[in-house]
Amino acid sequence: MNADLPLPVSRTSAELDTSGGGSCGSCALNNVANLEKLGLHSGRHDFVVALAGNPNTGKSTVFNALTGLRQHVGNWPGTTVSRAEGAYRHQGHAYQVVDLPGTYSLLSTSNDEDTARDFLLFGDPDVTVVVVDATRLERNLNLVLQILQITDRVVVALNLMDEAQRHGITVDARHLARELGVPVAPMSARRGHGIPELLDSVAQVARGGTAPRARVRQRLAPAVERAVDALAEQLVAEFPGLANSRWVALRLLEGDVSTERAVRDGTLGDVGRQHASRRDLVTAGQATS
Amino acid sequence: MSATGVLENASRLRAELPPDFTDGVVASLFDDADRIARRTVTADSRRARPALDQVLDRALTHRVWGFVVMGALFFGVFWFTIAGAAVPSDLLYRLLVDSGHSWLRGLFVDTGAPGWLTGLLVDGVYLGTAWVVAVMLPPMAIFFPLFTLLEDFGYLPRVAFNLDRVFARSGAHGKQSLTMMMGYGCNAAGVTATRIIDSPRERLIAIITNNFSICNGRWPTLILMGTIFIGSLVPPALAGLVAAGSVVVVAVLGIITTLVVSWGLSRTVLRGETSVYSLELPPYRPPQVWRTIYTSLIDRTFKVLRRALVMAAPAGAVIWLLSNVNVGGASLAAHLVGGLAPVGWLLGLNGIILLAYVVAIPANEIVIPTIMMLTMTLGSVQFGVQGGVMVNLPDAQAGTVLVQAGGWTLLTAVNLMLFSMLHNPCSTTVLTIWKETRSLRWTATATLLPLALAFAVTGVIAAVARLAGWA
Amino acid sequence: MTLDELPHDAEAVVTSLDGSGPERRRLMDLGLLPGIAVRAERTSPLGDPTAYRVRGSLIALRRSQARGIHVEPGVRTR
Repeated sequence: MNADLPLPVSRTSAELDTSGGGSCGSCALNNVANLEKLGLHSGRHDFVVALAGNPNTGKSTVFNALTGLRQHVGNWPGTTVSRAEGAYRHQGHAYQVVDLPGTYSLLSTSNDEDTARDFLLFGDPDVTVVVVDATRLERNLNLVLQILQITDRVVVALNLMDEAQRHGITVDARHLARELGVPVAPMSARRGHGIPELLDSVAQVARGGTAPRARVRQRLAPAVERAVDALAEQLVAEFPGLANSRWVALRLLEGDVSTERAVRDGTLGDVGRQHASRRDLVTAGQATS
Repeated sequence: MSATGVLENASRLRAELPPDFTDGVVASLFDDADRIARRTVTADSRRARPALDQVLDRALTHRVWGFVVMGALFFGVFWFTIAGAAVPSDLLYRLLVDSGHSWLRGLFVDTGAPGWLTGLLVDGVYLGTAWVVAVMLPPMAIFFPLFTLLEDFGYLPRVAFNLDRVFARSGAHGKQSLTMMMGYGCNAAGVTATRIIDSPRERLIAIITNNFSICNGRWPTLILMGTIFIGSLVPPALAGLVAAGSVVVVAVLGIITTLVVSWGLSRTVLRGETSVYSLELPPYRPPQVWRTIYTSLIDRTFKVLRRALVMAAPAGAVIWLLSNVNVGGASLAAHLVGGLAPVGWLLGLNGIILLAYVVAIPANEIVIPTIMMLTMTLGSVQFGVQGGVMVNLPDAQAGTVLVQAGGWTLLTAVNLMLFSMLHNPCSTTVLTIWKETRSLRWTATATLLPLALAFAVTGVIAAVARLAGWA
Repeated sequence: MTLDELPHDAEAVVTSLDGSGPERRRLMDLGLLPGIAVRAERTSPLGDPTAYRVRGSLIALRRSQARGIHVEPGVRTR
């Protein structure tokens, strides 16, 4: 009965591809033609894309679809335990893709979660693609919201749409995009559906075409809110350019060991400088164009 | 204001907050997630599980059927591999070793290449490589796709779920069974996979015991021994089943060894509490059969095969040199085998097997070809083969060679299977353990403990068998 | 009552979690928070662990962990 509902959001490129000569169908095909999988290309790249997500959401399948690599994909948590890297070229830009270990959260401390979090925080990716399981959105959104606290340059890859359909679940991707304030690309990576749309979204965010605005701001108890504000202010004074000072402040309040380490050894300062220099570049680019 | 100032301020502010404020932080995120999900997702019956999943889980984690299915599936995978690989292996052997070798040899002789060069390249490097392809490609091309199908289907976490209590009893982490399953492909991968275990203590246990998950380099040894020595004990009609059964028994012994060693470690050098863990049982997903076969063939099979080839080519050369460089009237190989023979006898093995294991430290894959070659050139019955030629023979003939020239008995075969399951990890795995632990002590433990265990077990079995008059 | 006492196929709502530090955080990251409904779906054939349905996922917990999760049985939420 879900098939009868003409919800535009549940249109993955599955339907676009089978729609035949439709104008959007051909544009999707053109976009696929624009994708050049570079495998383990280690040359110069224009943008760094981090791939995050809960375990078992098809993250590695998305990675393989983008890079043409064949990292083994298993239907159980923990298949990717270390960072895998690959590359692709899309519309003239080279993208380096970093596949992070699947995690439920960035807040606990385990080896794989640390890897993911450290990269998001200190690796400073241009775009973070969060792969989510459309059949279990609620639980997956927890990680999306956590990542949105660190960076707003996020694209949500709403994967396993085919599975959702099989289970009678419909996800309003457009509404989800509005709620989160970032692009949402519905897809079925195993079938190769929705990849072109994902690539477009990533390109837009990477080039700053769509200014993603994370709309969800975590509501905290007033006392916590005040403490975070105070500490964040200090952090910005100490590490100018730090983009996610509130997030770092909250971690410090919680006594998070690895964040404390980053403050102590100056890693945090480096991130701040990177952000600052990127902003300078962007400003310079706008001035010349 | 300095970095330490920030940290001091953080702890001062923390002291002013209620102790459970972090709960609120987590809860508010989930509240948001819940709110957004409710506005975005529509489902017929959102909490209801698909009926098929429920039925499958009821069967696959059933008190009785769960274990029956588990045994049947793993037995089926091995049996299918053994039975299915026989014909293509034979074909590849005839093509690459029989015809290919003599053709290449003829080519070298015709062009007037010096004898040592022909020997080194054709009889050493080429034959070693051809052997590995003929023997390893067919079983791997069957085993990996089958295993991957089970994996993609979502079955493996159910195995971990069924067996968890056993792991808990041995003081191991529940996810250790998952890292073991990675180990069935490759121990180096299994060791890396232990990163999913948070507690350092339990992770070390998983690293040290991963070796007892039989990796793909060792399956061919077990399968060959099972086929020519164990399978031949019963009428031909049952031979395949019994051979597969013997391989499964060794694999199960590997699991038992893992549990016993884990238990021992968690009660001695790695004492501590069992940590919190949770295991997600993902929904079953219909595996995409053709895609799985394609990717696992390309990815796992060829990757493993390439590694085997990279190892086999130089090993072929080394073996040829060992057999053809003469010192004091006998080849280097003869000297080494003679020196190792007493130890080999004590273990119910022989000098050739031990030398093969030394040559095979970089890769277990080349154990059998090395044994065959050395047995044919150094054995008591000469088969008229040129020295240092790495050979493969159809299974029946291989058995004849090992029995007649090598003096092998059932004890040799059984102990070789056990030694193969227990002995030290290959050099790649040892290197991975070092990278993961950064500890010389634990790397040494993970290397030497299995070796000591292999010596002890095979030694005891040999002694008992001889005392009882079985061998 | 605690989660480990929840009968097979019964539903309950989490009221509080024992413990502290990373272990508590880990359970919460799985979505086990006060107010959330859980359902005991399957017990391992060896008697432990038990798989609980939490926020649409099936999560297996050992009895020792489930004992630290307090629940109010039979209440339907949402």
